[in-house]
Amino acid sequence: MKRWRGLLFPLVLIAIAQAAAMATHLQSYTLASPADAAVAGAHALADGSIAVATLQTLANAFGGLALGGGFGLVAGIVLGSSVIADRLMEFSVEALRPVPSVALIPIAMLTFGFGFRMEIAIVSFAAFWPVLILTRNAVAGIDAGLIDVARALRLRPFARTVKIVLPAALPRIFVAFRLAAGIALTVAVTVEVSTNPMGLGYGMILAEQSLHPDLMLAYLVWVGVLGWGLNFAITSAQRRLFRA
Amino acid sequence: MTRIGWRLASIVTGAVFIALWQLIANAHVISPVYLPSPARTWDALVVGFTSGTLPDQLWQTVQRMFVGWLLASLVGIVIGAAIGLSPKAREYVGPTLEFIRPLPASAVIPLAIVFFGLTDGMVLAVIAFGALWPTLLATVHGFAAVEPCLYDVSRALRMSRFAVIWKIALPSSLPDILAGMRLSLTISLILAVVGEMLASRIGLGRGILVAARLFHSPDLYAGVVLLGALGYVTAQGLFAVEARLLRWRHR
Repeated sequence: MKRWRGLLFPLVLIAIAQAAAMATHLQSYTLASPADAAVAGAHALADGSIAVATLQTLANAFGGLALGGGFGLVAGIVLGSSVIADRLMEFSVEALRPVPSVALIPIAMLTFGFGFRMEIAIVSFAAFWPVLILTRNAVAGIDAGLIDVARALRLRPFARTVKIVLPAALPRIFVAFRLAAGIALTVAVTVEVSTNPMGLGYGMILAEQSLHPDLMLAYLVWVGVLGWGLNFAITSAQRRLFRA
Repeated sequence: MTRIGWRLASIVTGAVFIALWQLIANAHVISPVYLPSPARTWDALVVGFTSGTLPDQLWQTVQRMFVGWLLASLVGIVIGAAIGLSPKAREYVGPTLEFIRPLPASAVIPLAIVFFGLTDGMVLAVIAFGALWPTLLATVHGFAAVEPCLYDVSRALRMSRFAVIWKIALPSSLPDILAGMRLSLTISLILAVVGEMLASRIGLGRGILVAARLFHSPDLYAGVVLLGALGYVTAQGLFAVEARLLRWRHR
């Protein structure tokens, strides 16, 4: 019974919008009724344009997540394992982290031009920091007893990291990547909306500029579904993998 | 080593990185058209400040960011409190909020352009909308998680509904609300920059975009450094406010 209550609110909103559009005989280049948006969305789904845009956006988001998250993971392990490295880097991390990722849009544009490389570079920067910070905290927070065990076993630093530190820190590292995945998608869409002519963000802007509000709304809903679906998939995976 | 000693060492490490950047720039491994040296970036900062263009851009961006953030915080706390206080409202509206939460805020920019055109109002609306969710959801959570005993106490004391909200629910959810507002502030800065780029409003966002289009890389890097400083100062400022408001927690 509880599920339909959650659905009621958005359904009522959509119904009101549809009723308002029909009552006013909406004929507009800037707004469209929910029904028109659904039709436009169905067309864009059928002709594959949404699929292509979605693949581009996801390629950028996951490319950046892999690159930035990978570097963040390695840097986080180093800073989490070595107090000296952590303290020496403190100022540099503090100085670079608050730079808003979108401030790098012009730099990436100047360096790479438009395309995948530019967008992946910006997404990497955005995904790097949360993975770095959370991995560092996870690694630094490992039970000291486990480190003693590694020492007693005379494991080399690499073996200690792979066999003891990483498995122990894995649940929290997963959380870091879950957070970074959401950020990656957000930043990818932002770069596309503002400058890079590809993917879902550009699709929205193009629909708006070519006076297709129905298509623009369809894209908006689709981006929402995508963000929600990504979050849902990663959260369920997390529940399955780390049930303990 | 003492704390201050380590702090100095970490600042020296940062300086080493900047020196490395200078060496790379001097060696012309990357063309100075794309990568200016730190010295040229610093010169661009000095020139920008003495000529008045950078302070003007900075002020516009700061204004936008704060007005949008305050608007979002106000609306977020009021709506969040209303939803958080009522289990019924949470049941009906909660799933919708969870759906909107992961939506990239910049995805509403095209919609905002439709309503407001490429204006300051559009930028402000986008900032307010994007920055709304962290504060709103944190407020809902904070109000929903108030210790039930406290409500029993308020009933025993026959406190008015307003007094319950003002004296019990709000202070007890303040840590959540402030955490949400901190996230909102970061989002405000990002959306202010993006909005300026798109709507071509005077500000640091447009400033750096124009500098890139003209291949004025020192100006571009100067703007990025300034944006980083802005992000740093506002985050630290909010931390200080938070520490002061939440003094009672650690007593």
